[in-house]
Amino acid sequence: MRKISYCEALTEAMRQEMERDPSVFTYGIGVPDHKRIFGSTRGLVEQFGLERCFDTPLSEDAMTGFGLGAAINGLRPIHVHARIDFMLLAMNQLTNMMSSYHYATGGKLRVPMVIRVIIGRGWGQSFQHSKTMHSIFAHIPGIKVVMPTTPYDVKGMMIEAIRDDNPVVFIEHRWLYYAVDDVPEESYTIPFGTGHILRNGSDVSVVATSWMNVEAMRAAEVLQNKHGVSLEIVDPRTIAPLDEKMIVNSVTKTGRCLVADYDWLHCGFGAEVAARVSKECFGNLKAPVERLGFAFAPCPSTRPLENAYYPDATTVIRSVEKMLDLPATDITDQEFFSYERKFQGPY
Amino acid sequence: MKICGNSSHDEVAVIMTSLNLELYRKMVLIRKTEEAICRHYSEDEMKTPVHLSLGEEAIAAGVIHALAPEDQFFGTYRSHGIYLARTGETDKFFAELYGKATGLLKGKAGSMHLSAPEYGLMGTSAIVSGIIPVAVGAAYAAKVSGGGRIVAAFFGDGATEEGVFWESINAACLMRLPVLFVCEDNELAVFTKKAQRRGYDSLPAILEHLRCAVLTDSTTDVERIYYRTLEAIEAIKSKQQPCFLNLSYYRYLEHVGVCEDFHCGYRSKGEFEDWFKVDPLKIQREKLLKMGCSQEELQKLEDAIDRQIARSIELAGQAPFADDGELRRQVYA
Repeated sequence: MRKISYCEALTEAMRQEMERDPSVFTYGIGVPDHKRIFGSTRGLVEQFGLERCFDTPLSEDAMTGFGLGAAINGLRPIHVHARIDFMLLAMNQLTNMMSSYHYATGGKLRVPMVIRVIIGRGWGQSFQHSKTMHSIFAHIPGIKVVMPTTPYDVKGMMIEAIRDDNPVVFIEHRWLYYAVDDVPEESYTIPFGTGHILRNGSDVSVVATSWMNVEAMRAAEVLQNKHGVSLEIVDPRTIAPLDEKMIVNSVTKTGRCLVADYDWLHCGFGAEVAARVSKECFGNLKAPVERLGFAFAPCPSTRPLENAYYPDATTVIRSVEKMLDLPATDITDQEFFSYERKFQGPY
Repeated sequence: MKICGNSSHDEVAVIMTSLNLELYRKMVLIRKTEEAICRHYSEDEMKTPVHLSLGEEAIAAGVIHALAPEDQFFGTYRSHGIYLARTGETDKFFAELYGKATGLLKGKAGSMHLSAPEYGLMGTSAIVSGIIPVAVGAAYAAKVSGGGRIVAAFFGDGATEEGVFWESINAACLMRLPVLFVCEDNELAVFTKKAQRRGYDSLPAILEHLRCAVLTDSTTDVERIYYRTLEAIEAIKSKQQPCFLNLSYYRYLEHVGVCEDFHCGYRSKGEFEDWFKVDPLKIQREKLLKMGCSQEELQKLEDAIDRQIARSIELAGQAPFADDGELRRQVYA
């Protein structure tokens, strides 16, 4: 099968949907400019013109309401934010307006809108270019929240998001843009509320979100080689709705659960998974559910502190060793992901 | 409504009387509906915060009457007036205020979130200014569809101090969208007057610098508001620009609730008395009498509305509440 990048798969999904359905359009700050949102909107303005691929004033809140007004009239907007932090300016429209619009109109109006948000990391992005906050959006009834990890998933889930009649917050990790994998050329969808198992295993279930799946996969190799420990990696893919059954089945099998989340821990997605697993797998658990995520601090700029702030494959390895009461293995001979190999800033 | 140049004087008179009667009927419906709310509110059966339109009936009736059937409009938590002016119905309206299953939205929306897309009322919001960008997006959809419809957004003067108002009007001007921004200007944001809120004297003077038409009026004459609105719509269509229409009125009652509040100190009863001399219903009734309508005819119109409202309240009282299953319906499409 053809191999393309996450970024190309994303663009292809939008392009195919815009070809199929003239009501689909994409807009946002910088969408048609020469950088094309890190390349993800490349070719769209050439093919569909500025009518269906356009820039906006720096007005995140109003332009979110704008999408809502267009969506209730049958259009299918894809609003893009180069950082999720910028989308916070639109929390009123998202939380007070959009999330309840279908409910508020007795089901007469629908809001088929996609909000693409990119989560950034590395090159000193610091406090205001580095958040994720999926648990906050998933907290709100009426909104769907998805975090595709693989090139295959990002295409199928973008098409699903565009066709969905509800507002979908579509969270893309900047580093995943470089991931390359098999992606079918034809159009396909991945239903929301279905997770997938990235790696089968028997000792510990790791429920990972977004980039943490990449780190968990690397940790799984090291743990297999060094300890003979087998990780099962569950990527829920969609935060709301959540595939609880897949998580519960995996933990029932392994008896252990580590949530490797890409966010702060307090009141976060990890706590949600821990609560559900504790309730549904209580009799099968061999150890308490463990969580890892960002340090409880604003994200610092300098690389050494940034390293300490983010969880990675090493953090996963050490957490699993503790859960299994294993000694900390020597990993100095191992290679881990370093963004400098792919990404050199500035943004 | 267009008056043909070759119409006889009598034909014109008939058309003018008919227009003014319709505008009056809309205002009477709003006034009497809200007076009924005031009478019944203390029974504690309408458990929903009510922000009444008493005093601004001419704006609701005049602007709404000027819109075409295919036009859309959006409002705020103070939207009884525009709902009633457009739909003319009170059964679903009262049932909604009483929280009943027969309500407009089965009691899930209450007074602050009326909507009736089948009549063009596409939504209302209790967040001040929250609905304004939604109207701009609806106007974008209207422009894309090429059908020629326009979109009206109603909001109070307080809303113009929110950032999203400026974001929205900028976007509408930039994209040349057919939006009629209707500022229902009562000088008050809850209980705070403009002078305590603004670092400038005149909003319309500022908006003159944007690429939109700006019209202002402080009349309580519903017919004049109707024509001002037609003028605004003409400006939107001919210049392919939005229009900001600032209409002043006096809020008769407290911000939320059914009581007068002149004793509270932030405003005087004298202000009310000055405005009440030109109460929109009073002057419209006098005008109709001068135009040749009889007392009996007007009384008949008013009595019919009284009966409609009494019946709607009775039906709302008898109706059941929604079953618990309704709670989780329509969270997602």
